[in-house]
Amino acid sequence: MHPDQIIFFLCAALILISALFVVISRNLIHAALWLVAALFGVAVLFALLNANFLAVVQVVVYIGAIAILFLFAVMLTRKDIRDRGPQMRRSWWIPALLGLLILAGLVYLIFAQPGIDRTAAAIPAGVDPLRALGKALVSPGGYVLPFEVSSILLLAALVGAVYVAITKKS
Amino acid sequence: MHIPLSWYLILAAALFCIGLFGVMSRKNAIAILLGIELMLNAVNINLVAFWRYLDPTKMAGQAFAVIVFAVAAAEVAVGLALIISVYRRRNTIIADEIDLMKW
Amino acid sequence: MTNWIIWLIPLPPLLAFFVIILFTNKNRALSHGLAVGAAGLSFLGSMAVFVQALGIPEFGRQVFESSIDWLPTGNTWLQIGVLVDPTSAVTLFFVAITILMIFIYSIGYHNFGQPAGDHDVKGLPPHGASVTDGHGHKHSVPSIEPMYSRFFAFIALFAFGMYTLVVSDNLLTLFVGWEIMGLCSYLLIGFWYGKPSARDAAVKAFMTTRVGDVFMLLGIAFLYSATGTLSFGVIFQPKVLEALASTPAFFGLSAAGLIGLLLFIGTVGKSAQFPLHVWLPDAMEGPTPVSAMIHAATMVSAGVYMVIRMFPLITAGWSEGMPLNPTMSTIAFIGTFTALFAATIAVAQNDIKRVLAYSTISQLGFMIAAVGIGAYVAAAFHLVTHAFFKALLFLGSGSVIHGMEHGVLHTGEHVDPQDMFNMGGLRKKMPITFWTFLIGGFALSGFPVLTAGFWSKDEILADAFGNGHLMVFITLAAAAFLTAFYTMRQIILTFFGEPRTKAAGHAQETPLTMTVPLIVLAVFAVGYGWVGLPAWFTGGLVPNWFHEFVGGTLAEMPAVAPFSIVPILTSLGVALGGLFFGWLVYRRVESPEKDFLQIPLLKNKYYFDEIYDFLFVRPAAWVAEKFTYLFMDRMVIDGFLHAIARFALFLGHAFRDYIDKPVVNELIGDGTGKVVKGSGSRLRKIQAGRVQYYMVVSIAVLVVVALLYYLLHFLMA
Repeated sequence: MHPDQIIFFLCAALILISALFVVISRNLIHAALWLVAALFGVAVLFALLNANFLAVVQVVVYIGAIAILFLFAVMLTRKDIRDRGPQMRRSWWIPALLGLLILAGLVYLIFAQPGIDRTAAAIPAGVDPLRALGKALVSPGGYVLPFEVSSILLLAALVGAVYVAITKKS
Repeated sequence: MHIPLSWYLILAAALFCIGLFGVMSRKNAIAILLGIELMLNAVNINLVAFWRYLDPTKMAGQAFAVIVFAVAAAEVAVGLALIISVYRRRNTIIADEIDLMKW
Repeated sequence: MTNWIIWLIPLPPLLAFFVIILFTNKNRALSHGLAVGAAGLSFLGSMAVFVQALGIPEFGRQVFESSIDWLPTGNTWLQIGVLVDPTSAVTLFFVAITILMIFIYSIGYHNFGQPAGDHDVKGLPPHGASVTDGHGHKHSVPSIEPMYSRFFAFIALFAFGMYTLVVSDNLLTLFVGWEIMGLCSYLLIGFWYGKPSARDAAVKAFMTTRVGDVFMLLGIAFLYSATGTLSFGVIFQPKVLEALASTPAFFGLSAAGLIGLLLFIGTVGKSAQFPLHVWLPDAMEGPTPVSAMIHAATMVSAGVYMVIRMFPLITAGWSEGMPLNPTMSTIAFIGTFTALFAATIAVAQNDIKRVLAYSTISQLGFMIAAVGIGAYVAAAFHLVTHAFFKALLFLGSGSVIHGMEHGVLHTGEHVDPQDMFNMGGLRKKMPITFWTFLIGGFALSGFPVLTAGFWSKDEILADAFGNGHLMVFITLAAAAFLTAFYTMRQIILTFFGEPRTKAAGHAQETPLTMTVPLIVLAVFAVGYGWVGLPAWFTGGLVPNWFHEFVGGTLAEMPAVAPFSIVPILTSLGVALGGLFFGWLVYRRVESPEKDFLQIPLLKNKYYFDEIYDFLFVRPAAWVAEKFTYLFMDRMVIDGFLHAIARFALFLGHAFRDYIDKPVVNELIGDGTGKVVKGSGSRLRKIQAGRVQYYMVVSIAVLVVVALLYYLLHFLMA
C-alpha cells in the first residue's frame, strides 16, 4: 500500500461521508458545515493530482466564498432557529433508488472502458502546470475566450443577483 | 502515481450520485443548492483526474475546471439571491410550496 | 321588268304597316296618307302588270314567272317566287281596285276631320261629339275613331297578305298570305276590343278558320311528300298530275283527290262554307270597311282563288263529259248546299250587314259549286264580278249606317242604326248611296243583261245544265231566286217607303271619300260583265274575252257549254221573279210583326251556333277546365312536384336529425371537444409547478430508458 493510496482512501472517506451528511442532516447549518468538510477533502484530492493552483482556488473560492454565502443565505431564510419537521420529501426512496441505479450504471460504464486502470505517468521535467495554466488562460491560441466570457458571466451574475435580491425603498 | 484512474472516477461518480440524491429529495431549496454544489465538485474531480492521467501538458482539463469554478460561483450567487427574494415574498423556502407555475 | 314589278307589288302595304305602327301612330293624316299611298302604288303595279298581260297573246302559255332558291332541303332547294298567269292577272285587277276603293272609303268611314268624341275610348266605337253650331244649338256629330291609325296599319298588313297570296307561285307563300289574312281578320273583327261581342267574334273567326287551315296544312304536307315540291309550275305538269291521280291514298281516293279534298277543307273554313260558315255573320262586328274588304272582296275570295288555282289537281284524271270524281262531287255538293242554305237564312235577317253576310256565303257557294262541276271559267268570272258588287253593297251599307248614325246623333234617339226596320225612305236622303246600292243589288240578283252578276251567274247555270248536273242546276236556281227575293226585300225596307224612325228622317248623305268609291265600284259592277259575254248573245261577233283569257290558264282550253235555252230562261225567270215577288211582299211591310218570313228557325240560323257550342265549345271548355287544369295540372303534375318537395324536406330533416345532430355535432364535434378537454384537464396535473418533482421524473425516465437499452444490448449480444 503506497502512501498515496492511503491518503486517497482517507480523502475519499472524508468526502463521501461529508457529502452524505450534507444531504442527510436535518440542521441546515450543519449541512453547510459538512459541505465545507467535503470541499476541503476535494481540495486535498486536487493537490494529490498535482493541480496545486486548483487546490488553493478550491479552498479560497469554494469554501471561502460559496460556503460562507450558503451560511448567510441559510441564516437569512430561517423562520426560527430550529428546523422543524422532516427535511426529506416523503418519497425520498425513489431518488435513493435512482441514485443507486445511476451509480451502478456509471461504474459499469467506467469499467467497460479498456485501459481505465492505468496509473498516471510522471509529469515531464521542465513542465510547470501552474505556468502553463496561466499561459493557457490568457493566450489567444489558448483559452482566453472562455476566460473572458466567464468574466462577463460573473458580471452578469453579479448584476442579476443584486437586482433580484434588492428591496426597493417604497 | 499508483492510484488507478478508475478510483478517481468511481469517487466522482459516487459524489455525483449523492449530490443527485440530495437534489431530488431535500425539501429546503438551499439544501437543493448544496446538492448541486456537490455535483459540480464531482465534475471537477473528473476533469482534473482526466487532465492528470491523459495528458498533463495540455491545459484543457484545468482550464475547464477553472471555468467550472467561475460558473458555480455565479450560479450559487444568483440562485441564493433568487431564494432570498422568493423567501421575502412568499415566506417559505420549501421547494414544494413554490409551485405557482403550475396548471 | 314586269317580274320586278310583280315582286314589288305586295311590298308597299307592308312598309306602310310598319311605318304606321312604329312611327306615325299619332299622326292620323300621315297614317291614312301612307296607307292609301301604298294601296295606290300596289294598284299601279297591278294595273301595269295586267295591261302588260293583256298585250300578250296566248298569255296562258307565256306567263310572267320568276322564282328564287329559298330553303335548302338536302340536295335541292325549295323555291319560292311569283307567278302571274291569266287567273292571277284578273284577280290582281279586282283585288287592286277593291282594296284601293276600300282604303279611300275608310278615311270617310272613320270620320276623318271630325272632332274627337266626348266619351270616346280606344276599343269602343266612337259615340259622337257635341258641337255648338252658329245658333248656339248643341247637337251631336259623328266623332273620329280613336284608333284611327291602327286601323290603317291593320288593313295595310291585310293588303300585303292578299297580294302575296295572289302573286305567289307556290303553296308555301300562298299559305303565308292566307295565314296573314287570317290574323288580320282576327285583329280587325276584334278591332273594337272593348265590346265583348267583338272579342268573341274575333276568336270564333280565328278558331273556325283554323280548323280548315289545319286540314289545308295536311294537304300541303301530303303534296310535298308526294311530289317533293310546292311550286305550281312543277305540280301542274301533266306527268306529275297523272302520277298523283294514279297513286292510291286513303279512303279510296287517289293522292290527287285526297290532297285536293284537304286543301278544299281550308277553303271551306276560309270562305265560310257549310259547316264552317258560322264565323262570317259574327264577323260583322268589325267596322264596315273590314266587312267589305275581308268578308266580301278579298279574304273569302282567297279561298275560292286557291281552289281555282288547284283546279288541275282537283280535276286530275277527269275531263269534260266524265262523271265527277269524288273530290269534285264533294266540292260541288258543299257549294250547292251552302248556296241554298245561306240564302234561306238571309231572308229572315233584319240587320243590313247580316243579310249581306249570308248573301256572301251563298254566292261563294255558287262559285265553289262551279269549280266542283268543272266550270273553271264560270267560277273565275263569278269570283271577279261578285267581288265588285259585294264590295259595293257592303260599302253602300256602311254608307247607309253612317247616315243613320248621323240621324241617331242628331235626334238623340237610341235606335240600332243597322236594323233595316228602323230605316225607310232613305232614297230621298242619300241619293248616291241609293243608286249605287240599287245597281249592286241588281247585280247580285242577276238582273238581266245590264248587270255583271247576270252574266256570271248565267254561265254557272249554263255549265251545270249543259253538263247534265241537274240537281246542282235546280238547287242553284232556287238559291238565285231567293237571292233576288231577299235583295229586293233589303232595298225596299231600307230605301223605299216612309222613314220609320226619326233617326231615319234625319239621315244625311255621306261625304265624298265614301261616295266616290261607291260610284267607281258601281261602274265595274255593271261594266265587268261585258267582258265575258257568251257567244250566243253576241252571235259570235265579239269573242268571249274572259273565257279566252282565263281559260288559257289551263292546259287545255275548257269548252264552252253547249247552248240551251233552258238555263237562260231560268236565269231570267228567277232573277226577275225574285225581284218582283220581293217588291210585291215588302212594299206593304212596315214592321217585323208583319213580316211572315221571320221564322225562328231561319232567324236563328238553324241553331247552328247553339249546336256547335254544345258539341264542341262546351266539351273543349270542360276538358280545359276539369281535365287539363284541375286533374292533370293540379293533381298530377303539381302533386308530383309537391311529392318531390315533401321528399326533399323529409330528406333534409332526416339528415339533420339523424346524421347532422347526433353524429357530426355530438359524436364528432362535441365528442372531440370532450375528449380533448377531459384529457387536457387530466394531463395538466403533470405540470405540478414543483421543479424537484420534474427532475425526479426526468431522471427516472433516463434510468429506465438506459436500463432498457442495456438490457436489449445484452440480449442482442
